Amino acid sequence: MSELLKVDAVSRSFGGVKAVNSVSFSMEDGEIFGLIGPNGAGKTTLFNLIGGVLAPDAGSVSVLGEDVTGLPPYRVVERGLARTHQIVKPLNDMTVVDNVVVGGCFGREKLSLRAAEHQAHETLALVGLDDRAATLAGHLTIAGKKRLEVARALAGNPRLLLLDEVLAGLNPTEVERMIGVIRRIREERGIGILIIEHLMQAIMNLSDRVLVLTFGSPLAQGTPEEVANNPEVIEAYLGDPDMAEKLMAES
Amino acid sequence: MLKRPTLWIIVAVIAAFAIAPLLGGVGLRESLFLAAVYMVLALNLNLMIGYTGYVNFGSIVFFGLGGTIGLYTITVWHWPLWAGMLAAAVVVGGLSLVLGLGILRLRGAYFALATIGVVEATKAFVSNFDPFGGSTGMYLSFTSYKPLGGPREALWVIYFLVLFMLALSLLLGLWIKRSRFGLGLFAIREDEDAAVVLGVKAPLYKAIIYSTSSLLPAMTGVLFFFKNGVIQPDQAFDLTLSIEAIVMMMLGGQGTVLGAGLGAFAYEQFRGYLLTSSTFASFHLVIAGALLLLIVLFAPGGLMGWIHERLPRTRRVLE
Amino acid sequence: MLGVLVSVINGLLVGAIYGLAAIGLTLIFGVMNVINLAHGAMIALGMFALYFITTGIGLSPYLALPVVFAGGFIVGVVVFWVAVHRVIGRAELMSLLATFAVSMMVVGLGTAAWSTSPYNVQVHLPGLTLGRYTIPGNHIVAAVAAVAIAALLYGFLYYSRLGKAIRAVASNRQAAELMGIPSAKVLAIAFGIGIAIAAVAGALIATLFPFTILSGANYELKSFVVTVLGGLGNPAGALLGGLLLGLIEGSVTPFVSGSWTPVIEFTLFVLILIAFPRGLFRVGRGR
Repeated sequence: MSELLKVDAVSRSFGGVKAVNSVSFSMEDGEIFGLIGPNGAGKTTLFNLIGGVLAPDAGSVSVLGEDVTGLPPYRVVERGLARTHQIVKPLNDMTVVDNVVVGGCFGREKLSLRAAEHQAHETLALVGLDDRAATLAGHLTIAGKKRLEVARALAGNPRLLLLDEVLAGLNPTEVERMIGVIRRIREERGIGILIIEHLMQAIMNLSDRVLVLTFGSPLAQGTPEEVANNPEVIEAYLGDPDMAEKLMAES
Repeated sequence: MLKRPTLWIIVAVIAAFAIAPLLGGVGLRESLFLAAVYMVLALNLNLMIGYTGYVNFGSIVFFGLGGTIGLYTITVWHWPLWAGMLAAAVVVGGLSLVLGLGILRLRGAYFALATIGVVEATKAFVSNFDPFGGSTGMYLSFTSYKPLGGPREALWVIYFLVLFMLALSLLLGLWIKRSRFGLGLFAIREDEDAAVVLGVKAPLYKAIIYSTSSLLPAMTGVLFFFKNGVIQPDQAFDLTLSIEAIVMMMLGGQGTVLGAGLGAFAYEQFRGYLLTSSTFASFHLVIAGALLLLIVLFAPGGLMGWIHERLPRTRRVLE
Repeated sequence: MLGVLVSVINGLLVGAIYGLAAIGLTLIFGVMNVINLAHGAMIALGMFALYFITTGIGLSPYLALPVVFAGGFIVGVVVFWVAVHRVIGRAELMSLLATFAVSMMVVGLGTAAWSTSPYNVQVHLPGLTLGRYTIPGNHIVAAVAAVAIAALLYGFLYYSRLGKAIRAVASNRQAAELMGIPSAKVLAIAFGIGIAIAAVAGALIATLFPFTILSGANYELKSFVVTVLGGLGNPAGALLGGLLLGLIEGSVTPFVSGSWTPVIEFTLFVLILIAFPRGLFRVGRGR
């Protein structure tokens, strides 16, 4: 059985700046894998490289054993990948349900309009947006738009979901709610989730494994406990040697 | 039937266009003919601008080139009208598919500029190309109307053929809007990068719709210039008509079938009135410009947009 | 051979004016992401302005240029507030249409007021004779004026406070606001300058050829070609692009009938847009 996602020594530069520097990791089905690092560490760039928005200068990306390196996003979607954006991209002048239908029609399963419409309501219920189905996407609150991003990505029934800072900009109640959604996704659908997040408690508690990036390069990889107790990580990122305990203790 | 009446509205419109001149006579037919031509242009342009969000400033090139190809096959190779129309559709559709793959990689303003360049290049080329008559163009002799039963009968045949083009344009617009393909186009319009990430094959879809939006205007161009009896490059590739098509589409409401059709009809009537009125004739361009500015500044969604906003439930009903 | 050389030189001279005209267009695009489809109409207005100033007040054409510039600036600011400023943030289609609407109105009024018969303010100056060919003196003066004005603009943009404010707003409008720059007013000024330059280019053209209210359209199309060659938003590139276009025209016309020139120009235009969407030149600090 091949891995869900295999990223092998992927690098990408912009001008003289190496945004992603030889990053390698792999994910299994049903795993929640966290990607952390300070701002500018290259996390979103890595997402873009995996998803096909950018092509890597070096290295390769495979999804379910198939090489997707350098393929355009719509081809990578066919292999089973779906993602959300850090800065949400709702299809503003279309309704919430239409947004999700787009995800269903063009996602991995390439559903017919009817099937996608039928499934859309289920997906909206999962994220808690089914009461706003007929609203124009542009009229949602930021929390609503974030949930829409997730619903849209799920609509095509992907095998691998990339979540880019879905908790940013949410208040504590919304954060809890979204964490619940992410857990439900894993439980109900059994798909792998690669998640970028700044909220340390959230990501340390959600993830099975974690990769730390700084300045584009991998710093440490392992379970949350291992990473949190890694002295290099503490020095570079967490700052306070006791912070790890504090974080793991909460929630 | 009552839930989605658009199809029935379309049927009613076509019926009205078919019956009215039979009752109202030749004058009414001429007015409706021009209205129908404009509506075809606006409706097909709507596929590119309203559905996909790509501003095609040079849609007139389909009309002019179609007319040129058609009239060439008719005057030089003595093909029948329907064959000329088909030839125009094939050539223009094929060329625009190829061209589209190239220029649709451009975004926003760059794409708009490229479409202007395409019109100008084509106009300049046709003006210099002797087989197409150079800058004087091509003329039809009266014998060309014989197969249709003579000049007067020909005008009726041409009218109903244009009406057929209009019906196809309306139905095509509605069909695409309700289809999966159309949904992909709207996604591209809203946010092309998001659409691509969601799995929409944007480059392919854009090329297909660009080419598709050229077919009916090309055939209508053949009909228009066949009726005219003459085609001249300066007239056939007049950028202003492209712009007027955009105004018509926006007046009624871009992105909707009824809007584009209604806007074209209203604009054509208004324009006809301006041109025949002695006070306004020389100011036709000024007034059209002022109208365009007002729409852009205060009502960019056009009439349909205004209705959709006031009555959200009409979104599904009046498409 | 000499004929070709003279043709090329003439082409370069006219090209300098194409470049100046294009600078007006590219400046507005660079600062506020608006393609001004009224550009041609403004060039034509500049032509007529020169005519009325020289025949009305009797001022020498070259001395009238600053007056044309000032007039163009005022017209530009007015057009900005009436038609443009509300559509700046919105979809590109809106600003394209808004400026096109202005063009329609100007050309419509111009046609009504001045008809379509040609007007003439040609200046006759002794030219440079090379064998049996002459390089007209007015062409030389106009080209020098064009380059001088372009240089002045460049100096203004990079070395004056207002110029820096314009570049700041062009770079990031919100950030400029946060630093205390009144961005809307600055945009108005930038737009005004863009129009003023178009008007002056028109005036210079008027010293060379007869014109009508419709003449601007041709130069607007050439300005598009030039800005694409030089990269939209890049004033230095626009000047170089203009020279390049002039060079191409000058090299082609001795060999091919003049009516083929537009075909070559526009085909090149479309091809370059496809192959080099950011322009051929990466000169200066353009975007």
